[in-house]
Amino acid sequence: MKKPVFVYSDDLLRYKFNEGHPFNQLRVKLTYDLLSMSGALDDSQIVQPRMATDEELALIHDTSYIEAVKKAGDGTLKGAAAENYGLGTEDTPIFPGMHEASAWIVGATLTAADMVMEGKATYGFNASGGLHHGFRGKASGFCVYNDSAVAIAYLKKKYGARVLYIDTDAHHGDGVQWSFYEDPDACTLSIHETGRYLFPGTGNVTEKGQSDGYGYSFNLPVDAFTEDESWLELYETAVHEVASFFKPDVILSQNGADAHYYDPLTHLSVTMKSYHAIPRIAKEAADRFCGGKWIATGGGGYDIWRVVPRAWSEIWLAMNEMDLEGSLPMEWIEKWQKTAPVTLPLTWEDPPGLYKPIPRKPEIMEKNSLTLNKALHHIRDSRKKT
Amino acid sequence: MIVQDMMNKQPVTARPETTIMETLLTLRKHRIRHLPIIVDDGSLAGIISDRDLRDASPSIFDAADHADKFERPVSEIMVRDVITAHPLDFAEDLLSIFYEHQIGCIPVLEQEKLVGVITERDMLYTLIQLTGAHQPSSHLEVKVENIAGQLADVASLIKKFKININSVLVYPSKQDDSQKILVLRIGTMNPYRIASELRQNGYDVIWPQEPEVGQ
Ligand SMILES: [Zn+2]
Repeated sequence: MKKPVFVYSDDLLRYKFNEGHPFNQLRVKLTYDLLSMSGALDDSQIVQPRMATDEELALIHDTSYIEAVKKAGDGTLKGAAAENYGLGTEDTPIFPGMHEASAWIVGATLTAADMVMEGKATYGFNASGGLHHGFRGKASGFCVYNDSAVAIAYLKKKYGARVLYIDTDAHHGDGVQWSFYEDPDACTLSIHETGRYLFPGTGNVTEKGQSDGYGYSFNLPVDAFTEDESWLELYETAVHEVASFFKPDVILSQNGADAHYYDPLTHLSVTMKSYHAIPRIAKEAADRFCGGKWIATGGGGYDIWRVVPRAWSEIWLAMNEMDLEGSLPMEWIEKWQKTAPVTLPLTWEDPPGLYKPIPRKPEIMEKNSLTLNKALHHIRDSRKKT
Repeated sequence: MIVQDMMNKQPVTARPETTIMETLLTLRKHRIRHLPIIVDDGSLAGIISDRDLRDASPSIFDAADHADKFERPVSEIMVRDVITAHPLDFAEDLLSIFYEHQIGCIPVLEQEKLVGVITERDMLYTLIQLTGAHQPSSHLEVKVENIAGQLADVASLIKKFKININSVLVYPSKQDDSQKILVLRIGTMNPYRIASELRQNGYDVIWPQEPEVGQ
């Protein structure tokens, strides 16, 4: 019987800038461990990734950029020459073997894509992927190669598929959006904290695509301090309406877990309640609109101890139609509490009263609802006419 | 920034003898709201806006009676007294002209020939660029004393982190004349290290706030 696949190997943990950098792929291992120790991840469901080829990377990235990443990883590209490619900066420092490490992550997303498209798996998950800020010719926002964008281009080319990309990272999925901004066969939907203050700054509701791609980019910038109720209202409504408008062949979801209240880089007040619901709503949309074809990746997430392992485990649980409540496995807590600088959570859910009540809650909810209407306006109009 | 860097260098135009109907269709086809009217040698005869046309067009109820009006030349209703700009004019000056005269489009003339147009929309886009929000960056806002050298000091701290500054705005504090607010867009996803370095050096960092995460 066909089952979901979890793409994993230690090669995916090589993507490591330096100690102290907020981006830390230990979170992928923590997720893997949490699922294994919960008895939710069977060895038979694990598949080994492959490394993406240069030709595959070049579906999105400039050859000169790929060469620059290789040289940087060999230690032969430095200074201004590297910085022109966004390499050797505060956000994406150079590290040995950075080309290979990044190409493994892209390959892992492509592996998940192939398994799903060839009918060998129901759903595919690459927790190490979702590096949505990578640009054609420039590293940005902790991302070198953009596995999500490469995967969309790959799905289009190899399978002729129309892809719906759904991005719930707290930051705007800019690299993916700009890659397909003029393309009506790739539809991007990003819900994120407004770029007024937060990186990268784009993702305004008025960014809807260009020329043939007009109307196929959707952006839901929400206010700082947005909570579960409003976040989920926007996400669920948009996923449903955009999927029924676009009628995709496959859904690729980017599951950054940095919208959580605990995340140190963002200012939203989302909790595990949302991380339980997000993948289940994505799965429902895939089952209903594209024969269950769904590929999921990780993404951002900088509270790697208290947030990311639980949030990403929920993606896998949703794929397997499992629900886990109450206590996390003691084995996991005991193994990792020694290393963790914070107290690990004890349960799958967040405790009530995680944060102080948000004073401007009604205004924030109202503003977010208006944003939702603006984002979906053009597809609601065209639906009425037909 | 100067006008020639912001203007549309290939504007759609009409001629004085173009009919009102054709003018209307041209505006609609190109989804624009203003059309400079030029004569043979490229000099400007006037300008027409969608609003001028709407005001002059007969209502749809008596369109049949007035159908001939659509065939009249646009020169009969165009605005002849046009505010124009020069390619070397400054963006700041144009902003106040748009604001004071409540107009939406300014033709740009060089040696009396039309070389471009600039719209309110172009100006807004320029402002977006000035705020730096179109390039991947984070917002950093620092309150400093209103004395010389503060911006340089803040910038040199940022330089230490090898982070690019995409834009800088400086404005006076509303509450206190002795303070100024620096608003920067900086090319990093993690502005917290800089924020804490600035705080350690005694600066009042308004954004990003320190994460107040319960442990
Ligand atoms: Zn993020």
